[in-house]
Amino acid sequence: MTRVSTITADTVVAPVETGFWTRSRKVGVGLATAGVLAAVLFGALATSQTVRFTLSDDAQGTALSIDGTVGAILFGVIAAAAGAAMFADRWFTWLLGVGLVGLVLSFLCWQISDAPAGLNFMPLVNVVRGTFLLAVPLIFGALAGVLCERSGVVNVAIEGQLLMGAFAGALVGTLAASAWVGLIAAALGGAFISLLLAIFTIRYLVDQVVMGIVLNLLALGLTGFLYERLMQTDQTKYNQPPHFGSWEIPVLKEIPVLGPALFKSNLFLYLALILVLVIHVALFRTRWGLRTRSVGEHPTAADTLGVRVLGLRYRNVLLAGVVAGIGGASYTLLLYSFTKNMIGGKGFIALAALIFGRWSPTGALLAALFFGFADQLGVYLGAINSVIPSQFLAMLPYLATILAVAGLVGRVRAPAADGKPYIKG
Amino acid sequence: MSLTEEKAPEQKKESFGQAFLHGLWAANTVTVTILAVVLALVIGGILIIVSDTEVLDKYSYFTARPQDALEASWTAVSEAYANLFKGSIVDPAAVSAWIGGNGDWVPVFRPISETLTYATPLVFTGLAVALAFRGGLFNIGAQGQAIIGVVLAALVGFLVPLPPVIHLIVALLAGAVGGAIWGFVPGFLKARTGAHEVINTIMLNYVALYFLTWIIVQKGVQNPTRTDAISKPVDSSAQLPRLLGDDLRVHLGIVLAVAATWGVAWLLNRSTLGFELRAVGNNPDASRTAGISVTTTYIAVMVISGALAGLGGANMVIGSTANALTPLVVAQIGFDGILVALLGRVKPWGVALAALLFGALRAGGNTMQSVSSISLELVTVLQALIVIFIAAPALVKAIFRLRAARAARLSTSLAKGW
Repeated sequence: MTRVSTITADTVVAPVETGFWTRSRKVGVGLATAGVLAAVLFGALATSQTVRFTLSDDAQGTALSIDGTVGAILFGVIAAAAGAAMFADRWFTWLLGVGLVGLVLSFLCWQISDAPAGLNFMPLVNVVRGTFLLAVPLIFGALAGVLCERSGVVNVAIEGQLLMGAFAGALVGTLAASAWVGLIAAALGGAFISLLLAIFTIRYLVDQVVMGIVLNLLALGLTGFLYERLMQTDQTKYNQPPHFGSWEIPVLKEIPVLGPALFKSNLFLYLALILVLVIHVALFRTRWGLRTRSVGEHPTAADTLGVRVLGLRYRNVLLAGVVAGIGGASYTLLLYSFTKNMIGGKGFIALAALIFGRWSPTGALLAALFFGFADQLGVYLGAINSVIPSQFLAMLPYLATILAVAGLVGRVRAPAADGKPYIKG
Repeated sequence: MSLTEEKAPEQKKESFGQAFLHGLWAANTVTVTILAVVLALVIGGILIIVSDTEVLDKYSYFTARPQDALEASWTAVSEAYANLFKGSIVDPAAVSAWIGGNGDWVPVFRPISETLTYATPLVFTGLAVALAFRGGLFNIGAQGQAIIGVVLAALVGFLVPLPPVIHLIVALLAGAVGGAIWGFVPGFLKARTGAHEVINTIMLNYVALYFLTWIIVQKGVQNPTRTDAISKPVDSSAQLPRLLGDDLRVHLGIVLAVAATWGVAWLLNRSTLGFELRAVGNNPDASRTAGISVTTTYIAVMVISGALAGLGGANMVIGSTANALTPLVVAQIGFDGILVALLGRVKPWGVALAALLFGALRAGGNTMQSVSSISLELVTVLQALIVIFIAAPALVKAIFRLRAARAARLSTSLAKGW
């Protein structure tokens, strides 16, 4: 029988940067060009209608205002300037951030000034809230990825873990008539997929990517099958999960913009933000974290020093399933009831967030927020009858990730032992 | 277990027979595959029972009258699997009606026709994934490549007026080119920047999906008589002709699929490119030292792989499954192609057989759904389970206590990180 070929991850090495054209300068040229293009193009397309960014849920209240054409040109020029500044070959991340924000604002000035009369405003509270809510499942999913992959197990099964969590949460939550029981069941549902991933990749050495893909299909089939057999026949008995309400946090909710957007929210958002903090601290400040990272980078060395490599991997993969399962519950225990394939690719965006965030919890959070913003922008542009098709905004996370791994936006490197099974001996 | 025992022939010489049985019980490919299917069907049966509320009610008085519960379970499962068989291979009732003279021949061949129809695109996507595998690349993007393929094939199919045979050929070529472009991108990025093809193909799948949902609703593409997301139908001149008359859905695509299998087998085993491809797949460093251009090979592999997947996609709109673009027009053929490639042990003819099995499950699943009202999703579960067991032969061996011989060569596991 053919043994499927074995190759290591980075057999093709990117050419070493030498001479004047460093990565920073190349990106700088790209950014400067984009900035100039934005200034010209968006400036020409924008109308002189005043653009307002209101600090509330609607058109009311204080607002930051600017003339549409002026804004489009101004922010485009700022982006171009940031690109030009990159020739100093310093402050790469900051300049890139300023440049990207400039491009987005220039684009928004055009879009908002071009909107139908009376809609020439963007409610910031609304946008921030939407961004965070849409990012919640991505944050959970990406954190699940961090836990797995930092210990050297590739987790392509995030989609399946989220789906199983959503399903188990809805089913058990309905049967027990308790959202909390549903939440626990959701965690166990995600852990079930993780358990399969762990057993087959760690014990039976099945390729981790293959297993992840197959588990996604298994979760899709299993939940779809049980949905049609149980939930569709008796919706009230099996699929009317109780929902967590919204919780307001005193004091913090008084902060302008962020307060009403973030701290009049739900359990899942708070949990996601806390988890980012906890996992960040645990990963970089505790003994467990050090061991996890060492197992993910060089398992043989870790083993030599007495770390139980396989045990640690089992534990982390299961933990990842629990986290993703809770993320899945944010679908069914908050707003909706379960439907077939309700995750719809969000698990893969979470994977993209993990990679885009360079396998770190805080990076994953920022990437998830960026993708959540792209999502929310699609909703907003749809509401103001934009000419930009929402499908192209939906592509944004995926395209951004491709650019990132191609080394155009920043150096992206996975944990060294990620995806390689460890055989003791 | 009985399945494999039945296959043992009449034993003339005891020693030969023993040797045969011994060999059969060893963990060879065929044995493991059959046992994996058996295991999957057993788990599927359990799922059917636990999801049937009527049967479950009978279990509530299991201790009082166990036969009730067991009988009900047996009926539910056996009926479901009987329909799976009738829908995919042959329906005995139709055969006896035909022989008795009060039936037509069409129902007799319908199950086989359905099986072949569903198998056709899977052969293409399975070959796409298998070919890339052999070249050391994991092409998860067959789904996206099939989507771009289906879009281009359909656009040619209803926007470009051409004479009959040429129209079909151009539509097929358009599908292949679409897939090839979508395969080129990750191949190029892998070769030039080292960007991992698994990540990029996953991302491109979704880019392709959103492109599809966008293009369907554009003016000139969307069906003007409809408000939902569906394109104009493909001209009949661009459609693959049906092989057994209009009542049976099997079409020329299956012949093309067999030809493609032969072609890929030739490419892999007989051509220079195939040799280089396998060499790069086995050891890129050694290949580079030997003077093979690894980067060129990666790009070539992904382009050919993409073209195959694109052809599979084209089949979905110029075959007999659909004749217009919808958001779900390619179903899951790309992801199923990964399973098919693994089940076929990444060998071309193995892939064709695996596609046949998956096609049969899908065709039978339709009958199972319509007659026994058991959700088609069960088929997805069965397919995933079969591949899980195939991928972990050690587990199947442990369950059935198979002899360990040749087990090492069965391993489909490959170490591939990001």
